[in-house]
Amino acid sequence: MSDRLTNDVVVKVAHLARLDLTPTEIERATEQLGDMLDHFADIDALDLSAVAPMNQPLPFVNVMRDDVVQPCLDRDEVLDAAPEAEDGRFRVPPIIGSGA
Amino acid sequence: MSPFDSASEIAAGVRSGDLKAVDVLEQHLARIDARETEIHAFNLVIADAARQQAAAVDAIVAAGGDPGPLAGVPVALKDNMCTRGVPTTCSSKILADWKPPYDGTVVSLLQRAGAVAIGKTNLDEFAMGSSTENSAFGPTRNPLDTDLVPGGSSGGSAAAVAAGFAPLSFGSDTGGSIRQPAALCGVVGVKPTYGRVSRYGLVAFASSLDQIGPFTHTVADAALALQVVCGHDPHDSTSIAEPLPDYSALLERGVEGLRVGRITDLPAGADPDVAERIEQAFDALAAAGATIVDVEVPAFTYGLTAYYIIAPAEASSNLARYDGVRYGLRVDAPDTHAMYSATRAAGFGDEVKRRILLGTYALSAGYYDAYYGKALRIRRLMADDFAKAYAQADVLLTPSSPSVAFPFGSKTADPFAMYLCDTYTIPANLTGEPGMSVPFGTGQNDLPVGVQVLAPALGEPVMLQVAAELERAATDLTAGGAS
Repeated sequence: MSDRLTNDVVVKVAHLARLDLTPTEIERATEQLGDMLDHFADIDALDLSAVAPMNQPLPFVNVMRDDVVQPCLDRDEVLDAAPEAEDGRFRVPPIIGSGA
Repeated sequence: MSPFDSASEIAAGVRSGDLKAVDVLEQHLARIDARETEIHAFNLVIADAARQQAAAVDAIVAAGGDPGPLAGVPVALKDNMCTRGVPTTCSSKILADWKPPYDGTVVSLLQRAGAVAIGKTNLDEFAMGSSTENSAFGPTRNPLDTDLVPGGSSGGSAAAVAAGFAPLSFGSDTGGSIRQPAALCGVVGVKPTYGRVSRYGLVAFASSLDQIGPFTHTVADAALALQVVCGHDPHDSTSIAEPLPDYSALLERGVEGLRVGRITDLPAGADPDVAERIEQAFDALAAAGATIVDVEVPAFTYGLTAYYIIAPAEASSNLARYDGVRYGLRVDAPDTHAMYSATRAAGFGDEVKRRILLGTYALSAGYYDAYYGKALRIRRLMADDFAKAYAQADVLLTPSSPSVAFPFGSKTADPFAMYLCDTYTIPANLTGEPGMSVPFGTGQNDLPVGVQVLAPALGEPVMLQVAAELERAATDLTAGGAS
């Protein structure tokens, strides 16, 4: 069992990821993610301070286009896919509630 | 050699009027009827829409027109490629009922080229896996031996071609998800250069790694398919604007004078039967006139760690959109935050949750520098190392997969054991360079072995050229009765 991760950290991360986990899932995730971090230890000793991070594979530049209206998705068709819609908008439960 | 017609033969026949697209389609639908219950390559077969499309292709030929380079070719699409009005589930409960309001660019290009879409293929949920066992709708079985996995995540697309359900299918490859199942099912699979094929309409897993590519029976078919789907797309800001080469031009040229690199510090882990075939592949290319050169790629060994930090990090961000608001599943709750968490808990499977947690952790305050930041620096090392290797070699050869197809359940208990399947394919996703798997003989239990051909960015022509030589040599292997 890895000591890199505790249940508390997993609970915090699950909250950040907006995932409800059962106590069993938290236990298992702590164990499995800890194991993975153990495998990742191969990079612990590498000193990469002189290496620039690479976010994407190819040297892209900003893509510009003229600021003109283009055809876009049909609003009704898009809203049809929503769990709940009203007056041309997505409907959600109250935003201010018991959760954080 | 495959017992099934190639896409090239079908398209040529339909364009010349010798074959009817509707007959070709019925032949393939009959094969699906016969074996699909057993294989489960598809989440959905759209027989009626395909019949209409095939009839339309025939009508164009009858009127003296040309339906396009893929005229009448049945094509199967991985179920993470958006098809307007046709369910696109990503094999996830969270998108089980979702019908996209638009077609992805590749889907439109295929239709314009005369191809006939016949269905949406099964995958590991959101393309996360190497066996298709993570599908919310049940696994796909390997058509060569149904006790074995087809690989993944594009297992349904690989199986569809291997079973003769379609001569052409498309998958997506984020860490090997085209090349590994191609190897395990004994078909050709290509991951093009990042940016060569539009990702517009591909449901995002890890946006800096994802790339769409074809599965085919032959290297020539792969070249034909790439010619149709590659190219610039204003809808994808990472799309490359360079002109397209003729992908079929070099297939018959041979490999005389080419430099084929052997990575001397390649991470261990390939089974002996696979390693032996790779050696034979080097021998075959040397016999055909290529020079084998030793190269080093020291960062290769850190690829797995870098990938399993970067890909989950990007996934945790991309999958934030599944929140029960705009599409997909919603689980009712008293307030929005509770609704998000309950929806995602009910909608995502175990592997997807695992990767979201891992990615969120790697990006969170206090751990970002140690994991995500460091992984991005390894990515740079990897790109630099490959650049040096490609200064000495035109292509590199490795196994596509460390092993031949494996039994169901053999790697599900330990997530990391499954991740090791991607050891040899991951670097090309991190660098954005193209790679493909081409069948080259068999390993244990007569199961196919795939050789991976890697090339520098936009090096698809030379990659296909070498793959075509391996394909010819593989025919000799079979004909010669080599063990």
